[in-house]
Amino acid sequence: MKLAYWPGCVSRGFTTELHGSMALVAERLGIELITLDRANCCGAGVIAEHNQELADTLNARTFALAQQTGLGMMNICSTCQGAQSECQQRLDADSAYRAHINEVLAGEGIEYVKDADGFENKNFLWVLVEDYGLDELKAKVTRPLAGLRVGPFYGCYIVRPKYRLGYEEHPNRDLYLETVIEALGGEVVDYDGSRKCCGFPVITMNRETSLRQAGTHIGDALDQGADCLVTPCPLCHLNLDMQQPEAAKVVDRDLGLAVLHLPQLVGLALGYEPKQLGMNRHIASTEWVGERLAGVPA
Amino acid sequence: MAETEQYTLQVRRFKPEEEHGPYWQEFDVELDPTLSVLDGLLQAKDRDDGSLAVRCSCRAAICGSCGVKINGQSTLACLTQIGEAHESANRRTPDGETKPIVVEPMGNMPVIKDLVTDMESTHWTKIRRVTPWLLDDGDPPERERIVPPESMVDITQTIACIQCGACVSACLSMEADPEFIGPAALAKAYRFVGDPRDVETRERLYDLAQDPHGIYDCTHCFACVDACPKGVAPMDQIMRLRRRAADDEEIHDRNNGRNHERAFVKIIEKKGTLDEALLLQESYAPGVKGKLIPKPSAIKGLVGSLPTAARGLRTGKMRSLPKLIPGVHPKLPGDAQERVKRIYEHAEEHGTEINLYITGEEEVEPEPDEEEFSQPEVSPGPKESE
Repeated sequence: MKLAYWPGCVSRGFTTELHGSMALVAERLGIELITLDRANCCGAGVIAEHNQELADTLNARTFALAQQTGLGMMNICSTCQGAQSECQQRLDADSAYRAHINEVLAGEGIEYVKDADGFENKNFLWVLVEDYGLDELKAKVTRPLAGLRVGPFYGCYIVRPKYRLGYEEHPNRDLYLETVIEALGGEVVDYDGSRKCCGFPVITMNRETSLRQAGTHIGDALDQGADCLVTPCPLCHLNLDMQQPEAAKVVDRDLGLAVLHLPQLVGLALGYEPKQLGMNRHIASTEWVGERLAGVPA
Repeated sequence: MAETEQYTLQVRRFKPEEEHGPYWQEFDVELDPTLSVLDGLLQAKDRDDGSLAVRCSCRAAICGSCGVKINGQSTLACLTQIGEAHESANRRTPDGETKPIVVEPMGNMPVIKDLVTDMESTHWTKIRRVTPWLLDDGDPPERERIVPPESMVDITQTIACIQCGACVSACLSMEADPEFIGPAALAKAYRFVGDPRDVETRERLYDLAQDPHGIYDCTHCFACVDACPKGVAPMDQIMRLRRRAADDEEIHDRNNGRNHERAFVKIIEKKGTLDEALLLQESYAPGVKGKLIPKPSAIKGLVGSLPTAARGLRTGKMRSLPKLIPGVHPKLPGDAQERVKRIYEHAEEHGTEINLYITGEEEVEPEPDEEEFSQPEVSPGPKESE
C-alpha cells in the first residue's frame, strides 16, 4: 500500500511523537508514505472563518499536490480531516468555483480534479479499517494489548457533520476506534465523552469552558475504569494531555490518565516499546500503560 | 398493510410530585418500522401508562414540539423512524442480545415531567437575549421596505428554524458553560445581522463579540449541525457572525477571538504551516515584540498558559526554548511559501463565499445511457430488451 501523506502541522510541532510513531507503524504495516512536504496548513476551520475562499484554495492546493502523485491521500489529524472535507465539499459542488480556484493553482502547474481516479482523503483510522483491513492488522499484532482498558476519543471533526464525512457510504466510521482497539487485543471502555468536544478550539478564548470539557471527559473515562484514552486528533491530544493538569484544577479532581495517539496504540501492539513511540514526551504519565503491557512479550 | 415489529423503548421518566428522582422504565410497543419513535411513545402512553408525558403536535417535523434525545442523539421524535432507532441502538450489541431504544428528555434544559422540558428558562430566555426582532431606522415606510431579493437569500437558512431546541440540547459548549448564548439564539441573531433592513448591525455584533458567553464561546464541535432537523447549521451562522464582527466591523473583542483568528491567518501566510508557540503568543499579545503592550485580559491569558508551556519544555514536547521564539519554525521548501502567498492575494481580493444550503450541489451530468433511460418509457419492458 502506498499513499500521499499529509502529516499536518501539530504532528510536526507540539506532538512530534505522533509524526514519529506514524512513521514507525507505517513501516511495520508495510504502508509506504510519500510526504506532501510542500503542502500547507488546512486552516483548522479558523481560516474558513476569516475567508472561505482562502481556506478552499489552500486545501485545493494540498489535494492537487496529492493528486500529482496519483495516490490516495492520508492524514493523521481529525481536524485536518474535517476542515479539508468541508472545503472539498464546496469545491466538488460547483464547477465554476472550482475553475476559479484552479486558475490560481495553475501558476504552480497543478490542478484539483473532482473525482480523480483513486483520490480520496482519509484519516489513518479510516485507512486502517477500510483499506488496510482489520484482519490484516490482526495478523501483524505481535503483542496483543490484553487487559488494557482503552477509551476511544474521536475528535469532533471526524464524526460530525455526518452528511459531509462519508457516513452514507461508511455508516460505522464513528465506531472504528472501538473495532481497532478490539483488533489490537485491547478492551473498549464505553464512557460519556468519547464523541464529545475536547474544548481545544476555545482554549485561548474561553479557557474555563475549554478545560472543563477536557477535564470532564477524562474524569468520565477514569470513572469507567480506563487505563488510557486513544485519539486520532493531535489537537484533542493537546487539550486532553498537555492541558490535563490545568483541566484537573478546573474540574477540581485528580486526573492522571494517559492519552495515546492512534499510531502509538497500534505501535504498542506491533511490538514497539513506549519510549520508541515517544510516550515519554507526554504530560500525563504513560508509565501505567507500559507496566500493564510489561508482562506481555513483544 | 406493512408488517409490524416489536420494539422496546427505555424511557427516562421523572415525576415532580414524587420524591424519588428520575428513573428508567421500559415499554414494549408493536408497530411498523417506518413509523416514528413518537408513534411508539404515543402507543405506550395509550396502552400502558397514560401518565407518560411527551409534548407533540404536528407529527410532521413542522411544529418543533417533540424534541428529545434518542440513543443520545438530540432530534425530533416524529422525524426518527423507530426501525432505524432500533438499528442505531444495536450497532455494537453482541449476537443474540437486543438493546432497547433509549429515549430521554432534551439536554441543557430543566425537566418538567418525563420527556417535557422547560423551554422557557433556557431556550426562550436566550432567544430574547439577542433582540430577535428588526431594529429599523424608526420611520415607518408608507408601504413595505423594499430590498433586492438576493440580499435576503443569505438569511433564508436561519429563517428555516422551527425553534425545537434540538441544537440547544446537543450543544457541547453549553454543557460546559450553561451561560453560553447557544446555537439557536445565535442563529437567530444572524437572521437580523444579515438582514439589510436592520440598522443596528454593528451594535448587535459588538454585543455578541464582547459577551464572554457569546460568539467566541462556541467550540466549533458541529453537534448543533447534526442535531438540527431543518438544516439551519447554527454553527455555520456563528462562524458568519465571527467573520462579520472580526473582519467586516473589525471589533476588538475582549475574548481574544479576533486576535486568535488574525494571528492564525497571518502565521499561515508567512510560514505555510502552523507554529503553535507563535500562535499562542500572537493571540494574546499581537506585535508584543515591537511596541504594543498587551491588554490586561490578554496578559491574564498569557500568564494562564505559562504552566502548560513550562511543562511542555520539561518533557521535550516543546523541543527547546528557541521553539518559543518566532522565526525558528521552518518555512515550506522551495517556492511553496511564495505559492501560498499568491493564494492569499487572490482570495483576499475575491473572498467568494458559497452556502451549499442555498446553492445546492451541482447536478452531475448523467452518463449518455442514463439519460436515455430517464426518457419516458413507451413500454415497461426491461432496458436490455430495447
